[in-house]
Amino acid sequence: MRKLLTLFAATSLLATGCAGAGSLGTGSSTLVIAIVSNPQMKDAIALAPEFEKATGIGLKFVSLPENQARAKITASTATEGGEFDVVMISNYEAPQWAANGWLENLEPHMAATPGYDEGDFIPSIKTSLSYQNQMYAVPFYGESSFLAYRKDLFDKAGITMPAKPTWQQIADYAAKLDDKANGVAGICLRGKPGWGESLAPFTTVANTFGAQWFDQGWNAKLTSPEFTEAAKFYVNLIREHGEVGASSAGFSECGTRYTQGNAAMWYDATVMAGTNEDPASSKIVGKSGYAPAPVVKTQASGWLYTWALGIPKVAKDKDAAWKFMAWMTDKAYVQKVGQTYGWNRVPPGVRQSTYAIPEYADAAKAYAKPTLDGIADANQQKVMASPVPYPGIQFVGIPEFQDLGTRVSQQLSAAIAGRESVEDALKQSQDYAQTVGDSYKAVQ
Amino acid sequence: MTTVAPRKRQYGKGSLTVATWIIAILFVFPLLWMILTAFKQEADAYTDPPKLFFTPTFEQLGNVLGGGFLPYLSNSAFVTIVSTLLVLLFGIPAAYALSLAPVKGTSNALGFFLSTKMLPIVAAIIPLYVISQNTELLDTVWALVILYTSMNLPLAIWMMRSFFLEVPHEMIEAGRIDGANLPTLLRKIIMPVVAPGIAATALICVIFSWTEFFYAVNLTAARAGTVPVFLVGFITSEGLYWAQLSAAALLASLPVMIVGWIAQNHLVRGLSMGAVK
Amino acid sequence: MSTLSVSTPKSTSQAKVEEKRGLSTAAKRRLPLLPALIFVVAVTQLPFLLTVFYSFQSWNLVRPGSRHFVGLQNYVDVFSDTTFLVALLNTVVLTVVCVFVALLLGLGLAILLDRKFLGRGVVRTLLITPFLILPAAGALLWKTTVFDPTYGLLHFVFGTDVDWLSEFPLAAVMAQIVWQWTPFMMLLILAGLQSQAKDVLEAANVDGAGRWRTFVSITLPHLSRFLQLATLLGAIYIVNSFDAIFLMTQGGPGTASTNLPYYIYQRAFEGFDVGQSSAMGVIVVILTMIVATFALRLMFRTFSVSGGIK
Repeated sequence: MRKLLTLFAATSLLATGCAGAGSLGTGSSTLVIAIVSNPQMKDAIALAPEFEKATGIGLKFVSLPENQARAKITASTATEGGEFDVVMISNYEAPQWAANGWLENLEPHMAATPGYDEGDFIPSIKTSLSYQNQMYAVPFYGESSFLAYRKDLFDKAGITMPAKPTWQQIADYAAKLDDKANGVAGICLRGKPGWGESLAPFTTVANTFGAQWFDQGWNAKLTSPEFTEAAKFYVNLIREHGEVGASSAGFSECGTRYTQGNAAMWYDATVMAGTNEDPASSKIVGKSGYAPAPVVKTQASGWLYTWALGIPKVAKDKDAAWKFMAWMTDKAYVQKVGQTYGWNRVPPGVRQSTYAIPEYADAAKAYAKPTLDGIADANQQKVMASPVPYPGIQFVGIPEFQDLGTRVSQQLSAAIAGRESVEDALKQSQDYAQTVGDSYKAVQ
Repeated sequence: MTTVAPRKRQYGKGSLTVATWIIAILFVFPLLWMILTAFKQEADAYTDPPKLFFTPTFEQLGNVLGGGFLPYLSNSAFVTIVSTLLVLLFGIPAAYALSLAPVKGTSNALGFFLSTKMLPIVAAIIPLYVISQNTELLDTVWALVILYTSMNLPLAIWMMRSFFLEVPHEMIEAGRIDGANLPTLLRKIIMPVVAPGIAATALICVIFSWTEFFYAVNLTAARAGTVPVFLVGFITSEGLYWAQLSAAALLASLPVMIVGWIAQNHLVRGLSMGAVK
Repeated sequence: MSTLSVSTPKSTSQAKVEEKRGLSTAAKRRLPLLPALIFVVAVTQLPFLLTVFYSFQSWNLVRPGSRHFVGLQNYVDVFSDTTFLVALLNTVVLTVVCVFVALLLGLGLAILLDRKFLGRGVVRTLLITPFLILPAAGALLWKTTVFDPTYGLLHFVFGTDVDWLSEFPLAAVMAQIVWQWTPFMMLLILAGLQSQAKDVLEAANVDGAGRWRTFVSITLPHLSRFLQLATLLGAIYIVNSFDAIFLMTQGGPGTASTNLPYYIYQRAFEGFDVGQSSAMGVIVVILTMIVATFALRLMFRTFSVSGGIK
């Protein structure tokens, strides 16, 4: 026992030495950056030492998966905790937090940075991060949604994908290509609960069927004929020709199925293309075609989402924070990633100039144009049949939506698992939504 | 011991040993599979049927180690060791007082300690976050040390009390009659009996501190992150991750496994010590 | 909670006699307890009081300026929320089943390990490992390696396409939790087994008692304290299970596998509703206290009736 105690004491002294250094305060020239642990961000972290060397500003990253990162960043910003100098947020938070006064207005910073060229950002992305026409966050990468399909399986079945497919056509193709015996699902669609998981593709389907979450008077519309039709379509398509384990399948799980050859089609985020075409993880490189998000009643149907960087109002050294953000989102960064890691890993969907780079256009020729088109078309006028009182395409841009969306998506996943009828799921969801809608009616 | 049919007994023992081994391997099979997957390329991890033979690679493990694992490791080590020592320091006297020297209010104290574990961490995290902000303890290892010590003390006290109660009264009385004072009583008579119990308690405290995730992820940022925070951040939100996850989980568990192995010897030694009179 | 007092009649009266002699003796006896007590009170009561304070407010973290006092309204809302009641039921089922199964398995494994055999140290380390790995890693491991309908081991062994996580969500989560906590039970029970007085066992053997008889009449009563401890502690930890549900089923499909901690998490980190999540926390404390008191009374009565050595 004594020996063990000595060992403990020695180790703890050693560890104190190491850990003690960690609890010294961060100097004025060190930035703490909260970031989401997606592959594109990991590349940025790997390249960060170049920035540190060039500017003398030290960088510390707190990198977490989306759910944890979002919770942590929100709690910190809302309580003005001040742990972070730069935070990664999306176009869901940006307008709301700007209105709350939690974020720094970036227009003066951008104006003071020659060559930054904020006009180069794709307009729909720029607008989604703005409040009263001023940008409060700068985009790192952006995405819309489109449909990946296996050209080889289509050819074998003698089907040609039209230039602008409708959902009905897709359902027919899924039925034809569904091959349960060989473990190939007709289509892979998200069913996992989560306001950013199954609700993203589902809401775009609802939008193009002519449905909406709330009408202009903040009445919840989840039991309207259009919404019901859309929900039934989505749930039935998955149950009949969708992947196994659909009710807990999110982006990751569908990605696995598709890249390992277990699905003929996959409707999801445009960033999926990077993984589909990556030989290190995909078994179907070069076999996919990319069609625009299927429509029914609207011109287009893709969603709009971007991971962006912002500065909390309580951050101490805003100029240094801006320097880092500018580095991570300017044209030179795109070139750096392309040359260091390959053009497939370049952050997509934010700068129009990226799509003009010949090497990128060549490496990403299968999906570059569909991505750009999808993002460019992602505005409410094009993807929705009637106006709504809230921002957002695949989400409702109000603070209550994280909670409301998750509850509704849980009902949806129960319907997908066959535990509940679509009507019951929608009735329960309508109740949840109406409670939220009422609180907005009162304010109007 | 009479040797009745020694050959028969040996066979009996042998098959029981084999059965034990088989049961153990079946029980930990998912873990063994995880260790295997740690050496796979991502593409090999997703196969139907699962692959048993493949070309192994150290790439995943290398990625983990090169991904800034060490600062998190040292933070975890510090927090775990210091909090466990504090738990033993505070807990052993308390367990002693609550078992071999009881007074009125013993059961209340025990009940109180237990009640501190009834509030779900999830519900307390925002109050704790606010308190940490205001006491400037946010993102420091000391916040975790304090929290883990108070988190494990109730468990340690309840466990060690049970072991203290195992000490036969006759032994203590005999020692007292022999004129031993409290420290000698503790050292010569009580400790040898409870040592394996204390080792088991310490091991469990180490495990709980090492694997604690919720406080760590919410109350630390760039400086005081521990191994669980690293592990979760290492898993990418998009793309394939089984092989990476397996490699990271393997490396994250290795230190505690080693501690567990060392602690085994104390638990085993207790078998022969328990009979010492 | 007077049922927790395990002092023998002799020492209680002894204590009473000494107390009559003067406070100093009792105070001296309490002294070793104080550091731990003061520390735990200081660290746990402040957050708890703050939680209670928040539970009386309506406060949404992301709607600034929304914070105001509402008295018991949060508690009323919580009890009239059907999802809360579902979560409560799931929590009870989950806890009872997992504790029971893990205890039985742990007992079995401990008995198997309580003898010398080749490679005993290795086997023991192996059996502890499910408890050592990060609960998050364990949950992901089961979700991907065991339950995945296409690439998982169950699919490989049984050849079916069953989607375990959507068809049997609560059972799947329970399996993972049992797997993780059995080593804990095993460790506790093994320590208890090893603290048996060897000479009593030998005496029983000499008297001609068979293995089963020895086990039932000597070992089990001796173990009763450890079984109670394992049940009590295990229950308190398993009530708080979170990672398995968060990572495997997200409480779904629907709310089939939502338990109280997960529901509180949703309120706190997706709804950012500090008031309601605090109220739920307080309710969980009260409910757990009530159950723990009754459970302890029941266990104590059962085991003291059977007699035994202590």
